[in-house]
Amino acid sequence: MYDNRVSGYLYIAPFLIGLATFTLFPFLASFLLSFSDYQLQDPVEQARFLGLGNYTQMAGDDTFHGSLGVTFLYVFITVPLKLAFALFIAFVLNFKLRGIGFFRTAYYVPSILGGSVAIAVLWRYVFAGDGLINQVLVWAGGEPLNWLGEPAYALFTVVLLRLWQFGSAMVVFLAGLQNIPTDLYEAATIDGAGKARIFFTITLPLLTPVIFFNFIMQIVQAFQEFNGPYIITGGGPLKSTYLLPLMIYEEAFKYFNVGYAAALSWVLFLIIALFTIIAFASAKYWVFYGNEREDGE
Amino acid sequence: MAKGRVLLRGVTKCFGAVDVIKGVDLEIAPGELTVFVGPSGCGKSTLLRLVSGLELPTGGSIMIGDRDVTLVHPSERGIAMVFQSYALYPHMSVAENMGFGLKIAGLPKPLIKEKVAKAAEILQLTPLLDRKPRALSGGQRQRVAIGRCIVREPEVFLFDEPLSNLDAALRGQMRVEIARLHAKLGATMIYVTHDQVEAMTLATRIVVLNAGRIEQIGAPIELYRHPANLFVAGFIGSPAMNFMDGIVEAVETNSVSVRLNGATLRLPRHDAAVKPGAKVTVGIRPEHFRVGPTPADMDDDQAVEFDAIIDLVERLGGETLAHLRMPSLSDGVLVVKISGDVPLRIGTGLRVGIRLAQCHLFDADGRAVGEPAARAVVAA
Repeated sequence: MYDNRVSGYLYIAPFLIGLATFTLFPFLASFLLSFSDYQLQDPVEQARFLGLGNYTQMAGDDTFHGSLGVTFLYVFITVPLKLAFALFIAFVLNFKLRGIGFFRTAYYVPSILGGSVAIAVLWRYVFAGDGLINQVLVWAGGEPLNWLGEPAYALFTVVLLRLWQFGSAMVVFLAGLQNIPTDLYEAATIDGAGKARIFFTITLPLLTPVIFFNFIMQIVQAFQEFNGPYIITGGGPLKSTYLLPLMIYEEAFKYFNVGYAAALSWVLFLIIALFTIIAFASAKYWVFYGNEREDGE
Repeated sequence: MAKGRVLLRGVTKCFGAVDVIKGVDLEIAPGELTVFVGPSGCGKSTLLRLVSGLELPTGGSIMIGDRDVTLVHPSERGIAMVFQSYALYPHMSVAENMGFGLKIAGLPKPLIKEKVAKAAEILQLTPLLDRKPRALSGGQRQRVAIGRCIVREPEVFLFDEPLSNLDAALRGQMRVEIARLHAKLGATMIYVTHDQVEAMTLATRIVVLNAGRIEQIGAPIELYRHPANLFVAGFIGSPAMNFMDGIVEAVETNSVSVRLNGATLRLPRHDAAVKPGAKVTVGIRPEHFRVGPTPADMDDDQAVEFDAIIDLVERLGGETLAHLRMPSLSDGVLVVKISGDVPLRIGTGLRVGIRLAQCHLFDADGRAVGEPAARAVVAA
């Protein structure tokens, strides 16, 4: 008798194997390692159990405190800015214009490349001392700025790179905008609402589920930002762009303190989890669901 | 002062290369409930949206009351509109939905509350004022949409297929409510529907539209009895009128003789502008056939009987639709409406009578021919 279940499991096996190897195992291993002093150059057997040692070490680690501060700053600046920017572009690309499909693509394609290493490298050149930005500044009669050498500017360039990756959030916003029935806009127009009023009293409230989704996604991604600081600034100057993921990377692969890096990872994980939980808990106060259009008889 | 009057003069609308409205002249008197009716794509909704200002006409002018509103913003036209989808703001309560327009107009809160309460009372929505639209049934949502209009106290109410999202039972009920509301408010209403039953039951006057033009304007019964052309004849009335092709044999002062498939009908007609040999169409409504013995009060001039074979029977309970083959009248199948549940067997024969005075006659261009001589008889 042929057993259906076997073929079923066979079909999902590639996924399960991948999940176990690349997610579950590192997840558990990092959790265990975070209680150890495991060094990358030593065999695992030599690792000693430290209890909460790594975690207490963080409490007194100024580099960690600095990195945490920069990370929060980065997240708090980029998430709202990126959401607003993505929404703005989506709003503009939602106009019914001739050739709007072309513009949607034209805006979307480059911005999804924003997360790639290549773009980060490009960023480094664009913002370099004799880079494109400074050349334009000088041409316009301004002074060249030390984009990557000045702490405030360096964070700005990294933030800007993130903003440029508005594509995926924008597409979700665009879909959300298109889901809002035109009837509602027409009803509001007859009610005498102007464009701005319609946006704030109709569009925005009806878009909150999508805003919420994008918000969660952006929070999670922003906390994990690595490419930008690693490639553009290397975390500097003066650790002004030393985001937590970069610190984790350097602790593990530069200083070989894998145990400590694992503990840092878990702290980052808990921070992200906490923000997500807060976001979900707050949702009932500002996210409006229930735009179902069918009769709820 | 012509508050509530709507006047369209030479209104046209093109979407790109497509002419959707091809020159409409129409006057709607204050307090009338005018129904725009026609098949999908006839331009009835577009015409309503032109009145509302949600679309601007390509040509012509629109007046509401004494004002030319052709280019006036929708919110300043003195109109309110009920949408097919209700278009309630899903994140606002019933009261907020109804008061939204007043809030934007800057009315003081107590006044808004008062007006909303009054409208809610009229529509029996008072217990639902704090609910969100999603917690309402379809009929309730529709009433909220109407309530939103009432609070604005518009000169003209516009309804864009307001009942098509409701199930049949609710539709009937809401139809009655809208009729009642019209009687109560006495406001001008324009109502778009593709459902000719709604049109017949609600309208003071019906405007039949087809392909962007007005085919006929008139009171419902007027359209039913005296359709101006084949289109209106086929559109108004359910089931639709039967049409039979024929050729004019003779034209006399008071009658036109038409040769059909087998028989010749001598239709009473004044001033019929057709010539012998002309191709014409004869129309008979399914309800104007008579099955069984012809009553004695009909003289031979008015009633004719034919043999028929039953092709199909649709029983609706209160009435029966028989699809009959009557070779003397037509090649095709004619639908006959018989009241009650008459025992009919497919394939068997039947005697069917018609009153000649109830036959409609259309020329080759589809226009109704001549004055029906027996208008008084039919109307009696």
